[in-house]
Parts: sequence; structure tokens; C-alpha cells
Amino acid sequence: MNNVTHKKRGLFDHLELDSRLLGMIAAFVILSVGFNIVTDGRFLTPRNIFNLTIQTVSVAIMASGMVFVIVARHIDLSVGALLATCSAIMAMMQTQILPDMFGLGLNHPATWILTIIVGLFAGTAIGAFHGWMVGYLTIPAFIVTLGGFLVWRNVAWYLTDGQTIGPLDSTFMMFGGVNGTLGTIWSTIIGGCAAVLAVYGLWNGRRAKVSHNFPVKPLWAECVLAIGVSTLIMGFVWILNSYTIPARKLKRMFEALGQEMPEGLVVGYGLPISVLILIGTAVVMTVVAKRTRFGRYIYATGGNPDAAELSGINTRALTVKIFALMGFLCALSAVVASARLANHSNDMGTLDELRVIAAAVIGGTALSGGIGTIYGAILGALIMQALQSGMAMVGVDAPFQNIVVGSVLVLAVLTDILYRKRTGSA
Amino acid sequence: MSTPLVEMRGISIAFGGVKAVDDVSVDLYPGEVVGLLGHNGAGKSTLIKILSGAYAKDSGEVLVNGQQVTIHNPRDARSHNIETIYQTLALADNLDAASNLFLGRELVTKSGLLDEAAMEAECRKIMGRLNPNFTKFSDPVSALSGGQRQSVAIARAVYFNAKILIMDEPTAALGPHETQMVAGLIQQLKEQGIGIFLIDHDVHAVMELCDRASVMKNGKLVGTVNISDVTDDDLLSMIILGKNPTQKTQ
Ligand SMILES: Nc1ncnc2c1ncn2[C@@H]1O[C@H](COP(=O)(O)OP(=O)(O)O)[C@@H](O)[C@H]1O
Ligand SMILES: [Mg+2]
Repeated sequence: MNNVTHKKRGLFDHLELDSRLLGMIAAFVILSVGFNIVTDGRFLTPRNIFNLTIQTVSVAIMASGMVFVIVARHIDLSVGALLATCSAIMAMMQTQILPDMFGLGLNHPATWILTIIVGLFAGTAIGAFHGWMVGYLTIPAFIVTLGGFLVWRNVAWYLTDGQTIGPLDSTFMMFGGVNGTLGTIWSTIIGGCAAVLAVYGLWNGRRAKVSHNFPVKPLWAECVLAIGVSTLIMGFVWILNSYTIPARKLKRMFEALGQEMPEGLVVGYGLPISVLILIGTAVVMTVVAKRTRFGRYIYATGGNPDAAELSGINTRALTVKIFALMGFLCALSAVVASARLANHSNDMGTLDELRVIAAAVIGGTALSGGIGTIYGAILGALIMQALQSGMAMVGVDAPFQNIVVGSVLVLAVLTDILYRKRTGSA
Repeated sequence: MSTPLVEMRGISIAFGGVKAVDDVSVDLYPGEVVGLLGHNGAGKSTLIKILSGAYAKDSGEVLVNGQQVTIHNPRDARSHNIETIYQTLALADNLDAASNLFLGRELVTKSGLLDEAAMEAECRKIMGRLNPNFTKFSDPVSALSGGQRQSVAIARAVYFNAKILIMDEPTAALGPHETQMVAGLIQQLKEQGIGIFLIDHDVHAVMELCDRASVMKNGKLVGTVNISDVTDDDLLSMIILGKNPTQKTQ
């Protein structure tokens, strides 16, 4: 417990931050600053950062579930198709089933909530069905979800006759991003609470360690970490608050309320609800991964399936739960994605399975199982989205965009392999 | 004579036509160490995996404390206080020592979340007893040496108050010093009245640690002998030739 061997330790060693996380953050910062220079400062504007975050949400939510799937040595090729089916079901629900069968029209206060409940239920049930085939019928996940990819993509098509369905319920559309933001005051309050909670979490963790006489990092390192985390949270909120609603749109909003817009009024968007959903998902998924039996068993099974089995873990039921959770998250993403587009379209979620898997893998999830973090996958999704929008902004031709994204995926995994070889970690 | 802790009667299991264990009967009394001997592939691991719930037997019966029991899975075995150190160790390499120690039996806080701190504290306690040199509590067990990994597997078996302990080649990865430590541990557990099935290749170690030995060959039981009645050579000839020695068996 006493550090007899005082090796020379760097700043980052003291902070005990995951060096792979630092590497990813560095990659993201370099990428953003690079694009910002090339675009003459258009990349790092509040507006673009706002758009970047809301574009990332849908893939990032699914990527957090994909981490569990891949950690448990499975794969899910059907997430984009499942998203489409959930989106189709929810679009039908709010525009046809609820109005026609229950007399609840669009914008009825119960419409959005019933729609979302049905959508989440459908996604979870379909996911559980996939998991049952993988766990109990022992069909490889690759095959089950490859089949699922074709089935659910076309179930969505069949349900909607391939039509675009819209407009959607106005409350429902608030989950999409720009149409549902908290405004500057609430955003600041929520950001402040989050910062306080984060600092409390750090302090609490340290207290638990001290009470058991475990080694802790130096107090100053803990403070640096606390300040860093709260600065990051408040900085993010500040950026989203500085993206202001265009004057013309604001005027229309006042007109809709039958009021006169005060002269020179400036209103910031603040935190989009969809981003709040992503943050909530990330926190819950991280707690599940690190602090629950379910999460522990997922990692144990991925590390050594035989050991998990011999420890009395029911790995079949576990597989069902993992895929059910994945299905739930696909449905949640479907809410965000269709709300953002303001309608359901037939090509919804196309290629998302590849983006989601790539986000998880760039985020450090090992396809051999047992290793992967939620924050890594979300950062992976953010890096991919930044790459894509940055290239679009610079005017890179569409084929080159995909060539670059594909190459980056392979390079990221190569870097990871070399890194793990050097550090000797798994 | 008291009731045996464990009786396995007429156990058979086949894998795709190969009879890995063929009509084998063994038993174990409290405070007794029974050695299981035999060549590689004799069926020792398979036999004890039936007791530990990893395999389902084709036929035969298992009694614990004289009561017939059904062991469908490792959880059933654990509920009868049967703990196992597997030959492969059965560790999740990506998790740390405490996570492996409590795998499947995690300590949780009142809110139902994993109590990491309590588990690490317990882990430090038991490792301090079993292997005082062990310090790598926050590394995944993949970063540990063979001996350290073995001590994690041993800790997992003894932590939960086993009454029946199965040790499948527990010293295979250990140096002489650590092997000595395991021998001491076996002695200590034996004094607490725990019954131990010990699979070991080293006939000499079996002679030293065990009260009885059961020898298997090609899935069949060659015989069970009292260690006090036999010599090293008797055991060796049972293993190699598959012949019961002339001494009376129990
Ligand atoms: N899961 C299995 N599937 C097929 N064959 C097996 C399995 N487990 C063990 N066997 C076979 O059963 C026989 C006994 O193996 P084992 O019990 O491991 O022997 P020992 O532990 O005595 O060296 C061997 O022929 C082995 O190949
Ligand atoms: Mg064996």
C-alpha cells in the first residue's frame, strides 16, 4: 500500500486517466482544429458544434448497446434495419393507428407517449427474439442479425409501402434536436447540477477507497480532475447556449404565440433534448457496465465464456438480455432519428449498422470480446461524425468521404492493436 | 463409520461415442483427502466436472451427505458447498482478482449495485492469507503470473466456506515454494473437516497429502486404495498397468 518504489510518474499517470481515452480525445481535437483551419473557422462555430452533436446522437445511442454485444463476443448487423422498423411502427402509430382506432389525433398529449412506449416495446421484443435465437438455438449472431438485417429493413418497407410518413406529432418531434432544446437557463442549471454530481462522484469514490485503506491518487490530481470535468461540462453547455435562434425563426415563434418580439432579443438554443437523452443513456449504460451484475457478467462472458458458465452465470439468458437491450436502444435511436427528420422515410438507418459497429470499434471495443467502454464508443461516434461533416464542409467528393472513413476505421484498429502490443494489455 | 460427504456411484458419460467416464464410483469423507490419479485422458477432469455441475452425467447417481442430489449446473454444486479449482483455472482474464473471486456471487450494496470496495477489501484479506506476495489487485488477471493466477483460483474456491473441495491439478503452474504453500493449505483445510478431491500427477505428492487414492485408466476405475497400505510403486503400476494391487482395498 505504501509506495516504496517511487518511479518518476508523469502528470497523466497521477490523474490515472486511461491513456487510450486521452489518445482518442487528442485525435478528436486535432481533427476539429484541422478542419477549423481549413474551413477558415467555420467548423468550430457554436452552430456547427450544435449540429454535430445532434447528428451524432442516434448512432451514439446504438453504439453504446453495440459495446455490450461485441464485448460478449457477438455482433449485431441489424441495428439500422431495426431502427427503420421501429421508426415505421412509431410513424404508423401516431399518424394512423392512434387517430383511426382510438381517435387520438396528432398533437394529442397522449399520442407521443403511447407512440414511444409501443416503439420501445417493439424494439426490445425484436431484440430479445434475436437474442433467444443466438443464446438458446445457438445460431451465430452474425447469421441471426444478417437475416434480421434483411427482414427488418423490408418489414419497415412493407409496413409503410415505402412511403415517407409525416409530418409527425409536434411533441414527438421535440426529441429530434433543433425543435426541442431546453433554452439557456435550464441548460445552465442542468449543466451545473451535472458538474456538481460529477465532483460529488469523484469525492465519493475517493472516500470509499480511503475508508478501506486502498491507495488513492494525490489530492491535487483529484482536484485537477474535478476542475477539468466541470469545465468540460460547463464549456459544452456554454457553446450550445451561444448558438442563438435565428431572428426570423424567433419572430415566427412569437407570432405563433400572438405576441410581439421585443427588439434586439437574442435567445440561445441550449441543450437539445436528444443530446440529454444520449448523455442519460451513456451514464446509465456506464453504470450498468461497471456497477451491476448484468454488466459484470457481460464482460466476464466476453473474457472467458467457459469461466462465466462455470461460475454459474446463465450465459443464454444473458444473451437474450443483451440483444433485448440493443433492440431497446435501436428504438430509442429511432425516436431521435425520425424526430430529427420530422418524418419517417424508407431509407432511415441505412448503413447505420456499419457506422455503429465502426464507432464501437474506433472507441476501443475489441471484436475478440471482453474489452470496450461506453464513453469510447460515444467518442468513436463523435469522431466519425466530425470526420464526415468536416469533409462535407471542406467539399470533399462523396466517394472520397467514404474512402477516408473506411480507411480511418482500419487504421484506428491497427493503432489499437499496436498500442495493446506495446502496453501488453490483453 | 460416518456418512460420506460425497458418493458418486456408477457414473458414466460419453462424448460422441467415446466413454470418457465408464461406471466409476468414488467417495469422500469429512476431513479426508482423496487423490484421483491416472494418465492424461483417463477421465479424471470429466468425472469431477460432473460433480461440479459443468457436465451432465449419462448415468449413475451422486449423493451428498447421504442424500441423493441432482446437480444440473455449477450453481447447484455451489449450493451444496461444492467448490472447484478447475485445471484451466476458469478465470475471466479481462477482469481483476476481486471480480474473479466473486464472479457469480458478487457483493452488492443496499441499492443493488456492485460493492467494488467491499469485494476488493475481502479479496485483499484472503489473498493476504493465501499468497502474501500478491499485490496486483487492480490489474486484469491476464497480467498475472501462472502462480498468481492459480492463487486467485484457489482463493475463489476456499473463500466461500466449501465443505467439498475439488482441486484439479492445483499445483500444475506453481514453483516449488508455492506448491509447498498449497500443500500447507490442503493440510489446514483438512483439519477444518473439509473433504478434498485432489487430482495430481505427482505420485509422491499424493502419497504425502492423501488418505486414499482412486486410480482411473481409459475412463474406468482401476481401484481405490488406502495410502497407508501402498507404496509409490504400487500406485505407479496401477496407473500404468491398470492393475489392482494385491493389498486389500477399502
Ligand atoms: N467436452 C468434451 N468433449 C469431447 N470429449 C471430451 C470432452 N471432455 C473430455 N473429453 C474426452 O474425455 C477423455 C477424458 O478427458 P479428461 O477427463 O480431461 O482426462 P484427464 O483429466 O484424466 O486428463 C479424453 O479422451 C477427452 O478427450
Ligand atoms: Mg484433466
